[in-house]
Amino acid sequence: MPERKDPLTYVGRSIQREDGIAKATGSATFVHDLFLPGMLHAAILTSPHARARITRIDTSAASALPGVRAVLTGEDLDYLLGLYMRDKPILARGEVRYQGEPVAAVAADSLDAARRACDAIEVTYEPLDPLLDTEQALAEGAPLVHEALHTYQYMKGVFSPVPKTNIAHHQKIRQGDVEAGLAAADVVIEERFDNPPVPHVPMETHAVVARALPGDRIEVHTSSQSPYTVRHLLAACFDLPHANIRVHVPYVGGGFGGKAGIHLEPLAICLSRAAGGRAVKVVASREEECNTLPSRQGLRSTITIGAKTDGTITALRAVYTWDAGAYADYGVNIGRAAAYAGAGPYAIDHCAIDSYVVYTNKVYGTAYRGFGHLEVLWGIERAVDLLARRLGIDPVDLRMKNLLREGDRTITGEAITAGHGRPDQCLEAVAQAIGWGERSESGDPLKARGKGIAVLHKAPAMPTYTSCGAMIKLDEDGSADVLISGVDYGQGTYTTLRQIAAEELKLPIDAVHVTWDCDTAFSPYDWQTVASRFAFMGGNAVIQAAADCLRQLKATAALALDTTPDRIACEAGEAYGTDAPDRRILYGRLALGYTFENGNSVGGPVIGHGRYIAQGLTHLDLETGQGHPALFWTYGAHAVEIEVDRETGEIEVLRVATALDAGKVLNPALAHGQVVGGVVQGLGSALYEGFVFDPSGRLLNPSFTDGKIPTMKDIPREIRPIFLETPQPDGPYGARGVAEHPMIAIPSAIGNALYDAVGVDVHALPLSSERIHRAMNERKGPS
Amino acid sequence: MSDEIHKTHDIHLTVNGQPETGQVPAGMTLLAFLRERLYLTGTKAGCEAGECGACTVLLDGRAVTSCLVLAVEANGATVETIEGEAADGALSALQRAFVEEGAIQCGFCTPGMIMAARGLLARNPDPSREEIIDALSGNLCRCTGYEAIIAAVERAAKEEGGRDA
Repeated sequence: MPERKDPLTYVGRSIQREDGIAKATGSATFVHDLFLPGMLHAAILTSPHARARITRIDTSAASALPGVRAVLTGEDLDYLLGLYMRDKPILARGEVRYQGEPVAAVAADSLDAARRACDAIEVTYEPLDPLLDTEQALAEGAPLVHEALHTYQYMKGVFSPVPKTNIAHHQKIRQGDVEAGLAAADVVIEERFDNPPVPHVPMETHAVVARALPGDRIEVHTSSQSPYTVRHLLAACFDLPHANIRVHVPYVGGGFGGKAGIHLEPLAICLSRAAGGRAVKVVASREEECNTLPSRQGLRSTITIGAKTDGTITALRAVYTWDAGAYADYGVNIGRAAAYAGAGPYAIDHCAIDSYVVYTNKVYGTAYRGFGHLEVLWGIERAVDLLARRLGIDPVDLRMKNLLREGDRTITGEAITAGHGRPDQCLEAVAQAIGWGERSESGDPLKARGKGIAVLHKAPAMPTYTSCGAMIKLDEDGSADVLISGVDYGQGTYTTLRQIAAEELKLPIDAVHVTWDCDTAFSPYDWQTVASRFAFMGGNAVIQAAADCLRQLKATAALALDTTPDRIACEAGEAYGTDAPDRRILYGRLALGYTFENGNSVGGPVIGHGRYIAQGLTHLDLETGQGHPALFWTYGAHAVEIEVDRETGEIEVLRVATALDAGKVLNPALAHGQVVGGVVQGLGSALYEGFVFDPSGRLLNPSFTDGKIPTMKDIPREIRPIFLETPQPDGPYGARGVAEHPMIAIPSAIGNALYDAVGVDVHALPLSSERIHRAMNERKGPS
Repeated sequence: MSDEIHKTHDIHLTVNGQPETGQVPAGMTLLAFLRERLYLTGTKAGCEAGECGACTVLLDGRAVTSCLVLAVEANGATVETIEGEAADGALSALQRAFVEEGAIQCGFCTPGMIMAARGLLARNPDPSREEIIDALSGNLCRCTGYEAIIAAVERAAKEEGGRDA
């Protein structure tokens, strides 16, 4: 249990990020920026078809071109990859499952030569009818995206693939008796909602530089959120000892979940092997980032809610059908996590959720900031507003009545305690901030204003045994280096860990550094940097590592001062005996061991280690979904005010208030930045973003020209972050994660505000002006 | 056509105050020349289609997306990249404002964002909020939500001697 100190010197303060200078000067080195001697450049040939048999590949002309060092096709690579489900080849073998799937790859002296060689590869396809939505894929007699699903390896006891179907995972949640609950309701609504697949759009596309070294050794530099998971999955893929594989992660230009798991690393390694061990660089083009690398999964939700006339929700039934695309190596866990969170932060006695992760012939899905939650909350939080309208109850009041509170149980049977945070207070805070119940008017008669509200929750979704190590080594000048293998790809966690280390070590912040460039050869284990769990787990590990350093410092100081360690205190980078506080020894004189005047020395280099492993998590029962999946829950709420153009249907978001129960805000400036950035990313999902496919399954908008994300012109006039601090008993200084939550109910709140403004209900994202314009026309009826 | 693209040309230009020369294929972009020939990797490649602004540099004082400029077009020109912004080793007021206002998260868009702002401040030392947004709306950032970037440019304009608003 972390020590609670008040006042705190660094924790809770807006300490600047240490990486700011490197990034502002262009000296921060990303994988894109690596140039190794003799390095080759790779290009990928992708499938033009969504589903086809590959009947012939001829690489002879490509191999003969000047500068070409290696050409690979799927026939050369008999491997399957995946984090939770090993279903993904490195290059397509025998068949292609989505347009954009890698079919062949070339390493050459220049990118230009590699691209020309790809153009010279002749591939003959036999196109087949693709499965372009989950209804087709679930239909009786539908072709199978993965004929061999029943032979795949997957995490047993956690996932339930259904052999000889397109269902990669079926997650069930059963609580109470949903039929009885619905029968007891006075009002029952049933609504259907849709989310399209959405690209992550990190500004840095995926990039890898790999070298296959003699003795079956591999060195990889990768733009990844997951150095150790990459290493582990490479070891499994190539059947190598972990120690043979070294993964470096330098600065990473955004991830948002898309760089978790494993991506281009195996291809780069295979190309390096085929090119005699020369370094090979693979950098995804912007089109490949959208169309070859994974996106957020699409979702269709069918939600049934029953309630009493007083607003008490009696039952909720939901069917979530995920459009996983061609592979579900990561998507299976999204279907699982979104199911156990799939009733929203409400106390519901009778609940049945079926979450199906379904293969189709589209670009495949993976984790995306909030991991299934933005998608299910789009349905749940719109449905709760529709229920409120049917009941004639204010949407805020209806939510207040049903929110989880101390003493309630979640739909998987977890008991909610005082340490869980307060969704009701988040809701109250945003309702007040937005002026709920007060109507404001636009000066423009063509514009209608409206307000909307939505609540949210999310817990980290991860294996029950997820763990994180931290090391701190003290330098001879008394400063401290923190080594850790979570990745700071912009969220600022290294800065908060630095604050925690300085606080715990009782060192000035300037004397503490977190080492950039994760390296699996030196940095201690961390599972993956995902799910808003790094500050929590890394923070706890750093607290322990700092305590270990202090133990070692005190032991040495006690010898130096001729006392016992329990009579040593530490303060401002100095140790002293509590009986004689005037004689102080700088950490620097203890860091490598203490040397007496006669030359005798004691102690030795101070190296502290700390660790944290998720506590108390259980697998979910495969039939009922009951169990304990959440390390912690972060609750929150959004409120928005929008203006809608009555003629064009265009939405302008005027104001957003976001409240999150952070437990403890470790760094207010960084937390503020997470909220503002997350809200704007949420606006992208709400208003603009979503893949569009033609009838043959070709992705039509894999670029910034056709696939817009918010620009500086699209931001709201005001974004107001509000933080509550209900301490998380096992969190570092009481903190819980807040990185994903700022975006995950933004679309719901805007969808609710849209009805408030112009009286139309839109059930599908994005809320494009075209879609809203149509809905307004339909409401008017034929003129 | 493809032969034409691979024909090489000699170019001479000034980059961050230093004379540079190169023998470049006609099809090589200024972005590739800066990154792959001069190893000035602070300039980033985000889309190579002129849509994201990560590769923004100043060409004869004007902000351009260097992925849409051929290296041969920069022959005789003066180019400023992010590496020239802190030329004397100290952060410029603009860079300092980006750091201190929290305008940086992952940092991949930052060099292009700073160069676009530098181009703006060079021609308009005292821009309004709307002028900042106009000048920088071609630079995409997926992390920050832009608000802190606008604040950083406003602050730098004040500190660098633009008239206070």
